[in-house]
Amino acid sequence: MARKLLLEHINVPGIHTLDVYRQKGGYRAVEKALKTLSPDEVVEEVKKSGLRGRGGAGFPTGMKWSFLAKPEGVARYLVCNADESEPGTFKDRYLMTHIPHALIEGMIVASFALGANTSYIYVRGEMMPQIRILERAIAEAKNAGFLGKNILGSGYDLELYVQPGGGAYICGEETALLESLEGKRGNPRIKPPFPAIAGLYGCPTVVNNVESIAAVVPIINDGGDEYAKVGIGRSTGTKLISASGNLVRPGVYEIELGLPVEEFIYSDEYCGGIANGKRLKATVAGGSSVPVLPANLTLKLANGEPRLMSYESLSEGGFATGTMMGSGGFIAFDEDQCIVRNTWNFARFYHHESCGQCSPCREGTGWMEKVLHRLEYGHGKMSDIDLLVDVSKKIEGNTICPLGDAAAWPVASAIRHFRDEFEWHVKEPVKSLDTNYGLANYAEPIAKAEVTTGN
Amino acid sequence: MSDKVKVTIDGITVEVEPGTSILNAARQIGGDIVPPAMCYYSKLEGSGGKCRTCIVKVSKGSEKDPRPMPKLVASCRTTVMDGMEVQNITSPEVIEARSGVVEMLLINHPLDCPVCDQAGECDLQNLGYEHGLQKTRYEFERRTFERIDIGDKIQLHMNRCILCYRCVFTADQITNKRVHGILNRGDHSEISTYIQTAVDNDFSGNVIDVCPVGALTDRTFRFRNRVWFTKPIDAHRDCPTCSGKVTLWYKGEDVLRVTARKDIYGEVEEFICNTCRFDKKKTADWTIEHPTHISDASVIASNHYETLMPLPVIQNNQKLQQANQVELEKTAKF
Amino acid sequence: MLKVEEQQPVEFSAALIEKFDEIISRYPQGKHKSALLPMLHETQAELGWLSTSAMDKVAAHLDILPIEVYEVASFYSMYFLRPQGKYVLEVCRTGPCCLVGAEKIMNHIEQSLGVKEGEVTPDGLFSWRGVECLAACGYGPVLQIGPEYTFYENLDAQKVDELIQDLRKK
Ligand SMILES: Cc1cc2nc3c(=O)[nH]c(=O)nc-3n(C[C@H](O)[C@H](O)[C@H](O)COP(=O)(O)O)c2cc1C
Ligand code: SF4
Ligand code: SF4
Ligand code: FES
Repeated sequence: MARKLLLEHINVPGIHTLDVYRQKGGYRAVEKALKTLSPDEVVEEVKKSGLRGRGGAGFPTGMKWSFLAKPEGVARYLVCNADESEPGTFKDRYLMTHIPHALIEGMIVASFALGANTSYIYVRGEMMPQIRILERAIAEAKNAGFLGKNILGSGYDLELYVQPGGGAYICGEETALLESLEGKRGNPRIKPPFPAIAGLYGCPTVVNNVESIAAVVPIINDGGDEYAKVGIGRSTGTKLISASGNLVRPGVYEIELGLPVEEFIYSDEYCGGIANGKRLKATVAGGSSVPVLPANLTLKLANGEPRLMSYESLSEGGFATGTMMGSGGFIAFDEDQCIVRNTWNFARFYHHESCGQCSPCREGTGWMEKVLHRLEYGHGKMSDIDLLVDVSKKIEGNTICPLGDAAAWPVASAIRHFRDEFEWHVKEPVKSLDTNYGLANYAEPIAKAEVTTGN
Repeated sequence: MSDKVKVTIDGITVEVEPGTSILNAARQIGGDIVPPAMCYYSKLEGSGGKCRTCIVKVSKGSEKDPRPMPKLVASCRTTVMDGMEVQNITSPEVIEARSGVVEMLLINHPLDCPVCDQAGECDLQNLGYEHGLQKTRYEFERRTFERIDIGDKIQLHMNRCILCYRCVFTADQITNKRVHGILNRGDHSEISTYIQTAVDNDFSGNVIDVCPVGALTDRTFRFRNRVWFTKPIDAHRDCPTCSGKVTLWYKGEDVLRVTARKDIYGEVEEFICNTCRFDKKKTADWTIEHPTHISDASVIASNHYETLMPLPVIQNNQKLQQANQVELEKTAKF
Repeated sequence: MLKVEEQQPVEFSAALIEKFDEIISRYPQGKHKSALLPMLHETQAELGWLSTSAMDKVAAHLDILPIEVYEVASFYSMYFLRPQGKYVLEVCRTGPCCLVGAEKIMNHIEQSLGVKEGEVTPDGLFSWRGVECLAACGYGPVLQIGPEYTFYENLDAQKVDELIQDLRKK
C-alpha cells in the first residue's frame, strides 16, 4: 500500500468528530506550530515540502505564502477555496465530508503562518451538507480551545467562518471568489493587483484549495523535508485524485505522485480497470479544463515511455501530445463514448458558467456550443471543425481570467486528437445519432515513427 | 523629470507619469497607434479591461525585466514600466486578435446600423470598418431583447449593448442612486432595472453619452435623424447644476438634441445635467460658441458610412492596409 | 428586463431576522455586504424563492440598493427568481455524470413527473432541472434537493421512483 498522508484514517468510525480525530493524532500540527514554531518557520517548512497548489494551477504554496504583503496595521486574510466545481473533481467534498477537522487544523496552522486573525472557508452553496459538517466541526474546535482568543495560550487569535457560494463555477477563480465573498457578482478581477497585495476587502489575502491546506498538517507534523521525499521530482507528496467515468471503482484516491497512469486505471488498489469489460478510449486527466487525450497517449508518452501521474509527466509533450494535472479530476471514457457529444457537453458547461464580463469568452463560448450542438445532432459541416479551432484560438489568451482558456482547450484538444470522429459526424449525420464512432485507432500503441524530438 | 518613465509604442517613445496605463501613454502620443477602447472611460473609476479591443503586445516588459509578456494585454488596464516596449498596429498578432474580438462583439449585435440612432457615431461601427468585418461567420439566431423605456427620457435597446459596464459605473459614480445594473450572467447578461422603474435623477442622462453603441439613447431626440445630417455646435448656458457646456445638434434651425462635449476619443469632457440635456431645446436657451470640431476618425467627418469607403487610417497605414486587404480590394472594385 | 409577477408583500420570521444578524457578525465592521449570499440562501429556504419584495427587504436590512441584490441574485444559479415546486429535483447534467447515464435519469424524471424542465407539477409539489457538475462525479448519476441540498447518488430509474414516492407521502 502506498503512503497516505491525508486519508490515512478515513475509515476510522467517527473520524469526523473532534474526539476520534484527536485520538488519531489530530491537532498535533496546531500544537507544534503555535507552541514551537514562528509563523516564518511554518512558511519555511511549507516551502521545503515543495507542495504545489492542488486547486488547479499547481503554484508552489510556500512561495505564494511568502509573497503575501505585510503592511503595518492592515488585516491579512486566508481564504480557503472550497468552491469545487470543475467537472470531474470531487475530492474536496470527500475530504470535508469525512474528515473535516483535517481542513480546520490546516486552516489554523496556515492562518497562523500568514498572520490572519479571521479566515473564511468559501464552500460552494450546493454543498450545504458539508457546510453544516464544517460548522459543527468549527464549533467543536472552538470548544476545545483551538479557535478563538489566545489559542493554546500562544497569544494568537483566530476566528474561522464558513461562507456559502451561490452556484457559479467561476467563483472557483480566486478573484471571483473574493468578489463573491464580498457579496457581489462573481466577476473575476483584472490583475494586477494580485490578492497577495489587495485581496479580500482590499487587504493582502492568500487563497488556497482545500487539499493544499489540509496537506499543511502532515507537512508540519513530519517536517517539510519528509513530505518532499514522497512523490517524484518537483511533484512532491500525495495527491487526491477524483476518478469518474466508466471505471470499475470510481471514487477518490490518495496517490503518491509519480504513480504510473496505467497502474492507477487498472490496478485493484485503485480504479480496477474499465467498467463492464470494455476498453479505454480516452481520458481527461485533470478536470474538464485540461486537454483530452486518447487512450494511447494517456498511458504512454509520445516516446513510448509510461506516463506517470505527476505534474511534469502529465504535461510532457505540451499540448501536442500531453495534458495537465489540473485539479486531479480523472475522467475515463470507454469505447462506446462519443467524443463529440462530450465536447459539446463541456462547451455547454463553459457557456453556462462564463461570467460574461469579457467579450471573447462571453460570446465565444456560446458560439462554440452552438456549432458543437449542430455537429452532434447531425447538422454539421466540414468547415465547422476548422471554425471551432479558430474560435477557440480567438478566446484563448485574450480574456480576463483563465476560464476562457479552460473553455478553449477541451475543444481544441478534442479536434486535435479526434478529428476523424468529428468528420465522421459530418459524413454520417444520421448514423451518428444512434451509433458511435467507437474505439477506432485511439488505443493503438503509438507508432514509433510518430516520435519526434523537440517538437 | 527623472521620475517619469519611458515607454515606446509602435516605435514612438514617450515619457509619462509612473502609473500611467499603456492606453493613456498611447493617447499622449496620439494618432493611429492609439488602441481602440470600447469599455475603458478615463472619467470612470474601475472601467476597462472587459471588451478586450485595446489589447496590445508587450514585447519588452521593462528595462529591469526585459522579458516580453506572455499574452496580449489590455492596454487600458496595464501600467507602463520604464523601458517598456509595446506593439499595437505594428503587430500582426495584435491586429488579428483584435479583429477576433471585434468579430465576437458583432456576432450577437443586430445588423441594423441603417436604422440605429447611433449610426455614424458608433464606436463599434467604426471598429467593424477598421477591421474589415463585413460578413459574419455566425449562423445562429442573434440574442434579442425587447426595446424598453427606462423612464420618459431614456430608451434601452439591449440588443445593441456590448456590456461595457460604462453606464453602470456612471450611475454609481455620477448619480446619487443607481437603479439599473447588470443582471444574469454570461451571454444572458443584460442591462436592466429588473423591475419597471425610471432611471431618473439629475445626472442620469449621462449614461446616453457614455454608451459606445446605440443601446442607450435619448428619447427626447426630436425627429430622429442620421447624425451626419445634423450639425453640431458648441454652446453653453449658466447652469446651477452642471458646467452647462454642451454640444447642440442642429438640423436647420432646430435643436434636435443636446449632448455633453466629447473629446477625440469619444469621451465627454464634462458630464452635464438632465435639465441641460432634455429640457433646453431652444437656441434662445444657449449662448452659441462655434461649430464643434469633429475628429478625423469619426464616421461623421469622413462620411464613409454612405460611400462605403474605409477610414483614412486604413488608407494611410500599411499594416492596416494589409490587414484589410480584402475589404480594400472590394472597395476599389466598387 | 424580467417580467416580474405581482409583488406580494412578504414577512420575514423573527428567526430569520435573528439569523441575518448572526451572519452579519461574521464580517468586519462595514463589510456587511458579505452577508448577502448567505442571507439570500436563508430567505429562499424560508420562502421557497426570492420575490422582488423579499429581495428589497434583504437590501433594506443590509442598507444597500435593491439593484445590488437583483444583480447578485440573478448571477448565481441557486437562487430562484420564480416560484418553484416544493421539491426541486436538481440533476447533474455535466459530462462525467452523462457517461454513466444522467440523461436517462432526466428523461425518466420528466416522464414520471409529467412536466418539462423548469415547470411545476399541478399539485405544486415538484419541479426539476438539470444543473451543472455537483462535484460528485464518481457517484453519478446524482441529484440534490434544497433547501438543505440533500444528496442522492448512484441513481437509477427505480431509486428515482422511490424517492418521488417518499416525497409525495411526506
Ligand atoms: C475558472 C476557474 C475555476 C477554478 N475553480 C477552482 C476550484 O473550484 N477550487 C480551487 O481550489 N481552485 C479553483 N481554481 C483555481 C484558483 O483560481 C486558485 O488558483 C486556487 O484556488 C489556488 O489555490 P492553490 O494554490 O491551493 O491551488 C479555479 C480557477 C479558474 C480559472
Ligand atoms: S474569461 Fe470568461 S469567466 Fe473569465 S472574466 Fe472573462 S467572461 Fe468572465
Ligand atoms: S448599455 Fe451601453 S453603456 Fe451600458 S453596458 Fe451596454 S453598451 Fe455599455
Ligand atoms: S478598452 Fe481596454 S479592455 Fe475595453
